[in-house]
Amino acid sequence: MSIELKNIVKRFGAFSALNNVDLTIADGELLALLGPSGSGKTTLLRIIAGLDWPDSGSVSFDGENALARGAGERQVGFVFQHYALFRHMTVFENVAFGLRVQPRAIRKDEASIRARVKELLDLVQLDWLADRYPSQLSGGQRQRIALARALATEPRILLLDEPFGALDAKVRKELRRWLRSLHEEIHVTSVFVTHDQEEALEVANRVVVMDKGRIEQIGKPGEVYDSPATAFVHGFIGESIVLPVDIQDGVIRLGGTPLNIAAECGAAGPSKLFVRRHDMQISPPGWGGLEGTVRRVRSFGPIQRADIALSDGQGETIIEIDAPRDRELRSGEVVGLQPRRYRIFADRT
Amino acid sequence: MSEAAFTIPLDRTDARTEPRWVRGLLIGLCGLFLTVFIVLPLTIVFAEALARGGQAYLAALTEPEALSAIKLTLTVAAISVGLNLVFGLIAAWAVAKFEFPGKTLLITLIDLPFSVSPVISGLVFVLLFGGQGFLGPWLQDNDIQLLFALPGIALATTFVTFPFVSRALIPLMQEQGTAEEEAALSLGASGLQTFFRVTLPNIKWGLLYGVLLCNARAMGEFGAVSVVSGHIRGETNTMPLLVEILYNEYQFVAAFAVASLLALLALITLVAKTILEGQLDEGRQAREH
Ligand SMILES: Nc1ncnc2c1ncn2[C@@H]1O[C@H](COP(=O)(O)OP(=O)(O)OP(=O)(O)O)[C@@H](O)[C@H]1O
Ligand SMILES: [Mg+2]
Repeated sequence: MSIELKNIVKRFGAFSALNNVDLTIADGELLALLGPSGSGKTTLLRIIAGLDWPDSGSVSFDGENALARGAGERQVGFVFQHYALFRHMTVFENVAFGLRVQPRAIRKDEASIRARVKELLDLVQLDWLADRYPSQLSGGQRQRIALARALATEPRILLLDEPFGALDAKVRKELRRWLRSLHEEIHVTSVFVTHDQEEALEVANRVVVMDKGRIEQIGKPGEVYDSPATAFVHGFIGESIVLPVDIQDGVIRLGGTPLNIAAECGAAGPSKLFVRRHDMQISPPGWGGLEGTVRRVRSFGPIQRADIALSDGQGETIIEIDAPRDRELRSGEVVGLQPRRYRIFADRT
Repeated sequence: MSEAAFTIPLDRTDARTEPRWVRGLLIGLCGLFLTVFIVLPLTIVFAEALARGGQAYLAALTEPEALSAIKLTLTVAAISVGLNLVFGLIAAWAVAKFEFPGKTLLITLIDLPFSVSPVISGLVFVLLFGGQGFLGPWLQDNDIQLLFALPGIALATTFVTFPFVSRALIPLMQEQGTAEEEAALSLGASGLQTFFRVTLPNIKWGLLYGVLLCNARAMGEFGAVSVVSGHIRGETNTMPLLVEILYNEYQFVAAFAVASLLALLALITLVAKTILEGQLDEGRQAREH
């Protein structure tokens, strides 16, 4: 089922949690909502699920107005940020809940309910936990039970709010891969929230980056990483070196020193130069731009990470770069730095 | 290294520094106090009640006046516990799960019966429903007898015991939040299904706890009931009122016999309360995981 959000505004008192959010999600898509804490991700999911209503804007599922329908009628499976399992029910009953509360006319008989729950527990590979209570499960197990519960009634949309939030890195990776393959298997339109960029880039077909209640960029994982649309996205996805520069007549200056790189046409005034750590190339001093002194070098695997003190006129700025190991850096050495790829955004602050 | 070097010194079993005798003294004083002020009076109630033997005890309890008082007390308790169960649940629900202006005021109002002397509470009803009262003439015109009858007693008792159920539930429901209810709704449950399948099971021990205390207080209430009852013998005397009357008439065995029933109720309440608190604790621990 496709989802269309138009011009969603949501306020809590004077605070705007969502500002004019527009988003279209295609049928069968696996979309990641990525953003820092407090950016409105949960609020957006809750509006899609019918647990909150926007102050203005529209939500439609397959072209039908969803706002006219309550949470129970939207056929949305919601996996909550903090699981929200029913603590007084066994795992089995938790998963069976959605089936047991169906209107009598469509409710399945006990045997089919049992069969369906069994099937779901097998799917999340936790059938051996059927008789436990939620308090007797580990975080990862609770997460998967919450997912099984949400899937029981065959929702047409699946919303996952930081499904792997509370888990350690290894289990996260496992579940991430598992979610990906689950989606390939059942193909339900899914939105999952995360503030872990790696997770978003690895699992999703498309990534939506949010900040302060606004959508900053929507794109394929590669796009948001390689061509960030805004300074925020560049800084948030992947680590970046950020340098304050000034542009006049197409010349970029860092602390008065002109840099020998081209400005995008039209750019002028105070701006920010964004370069990925591995896009900063070491070159002989005097190439006509950035120069600095190597302070500290750490080598691991194929790269060496160096702290370099830039002399930018007003004092020192220390940046971290990743360089290949073909040329060993020594501390104290003066090197030239040439951004191989970079982006410039007007400084709005 | 020899193991003997590491035996635990006998007089040090924990990190606290109070010498044993201080601890002993404190515990002893506490025990003495409880004995003198609680255990002893309770024992005396039963001893006095049985002073003339089991026959006299049973005879005192099967007096028509005593039977009528017991019946009235049970009826009043049933009514006020029933009403407070419903109102308490509604009030707790409103306070714990919704945000609305005037919420603080509502919480203060819920507590009002605890901070007002029961006698005043009773008087309020007399002022409201009495012959010269605010609603009195209207009640008389319509032939409704509230004061000096079962409805008045039940009303006063309900007022006095109102906070028990909601007080037991509010912190519990606040702590639990609305997440499980939201999960239930999004899984397609109706409002009623959500209440009976999710909310109620989660608060059942707290609810029972509130009902228990509410019941104990409803049966034992004296002040408010005394004002509105009119002390009509065999008709509007509850057990606590009857105890006072019998005592004032020097019928000690009868007085203590009825009192012993109330004391028994207190003991049963205490045991049930302890069990329930255990259940509540278990629930809390389960939640923390
Ligand atoms: N019920 C509410 N009342 C008031 N403010 C709220 C409420 N719910 C959310 N907010 C505010 O709205 C903003 C967005 O909240 P939201 O929960 O959507 O963030 P999030 O992106 O999910 O963050 P996180 O990654 O920490 O879960 C936050 O600043 C939050 O304080
Ligand atoms: Mg959130």
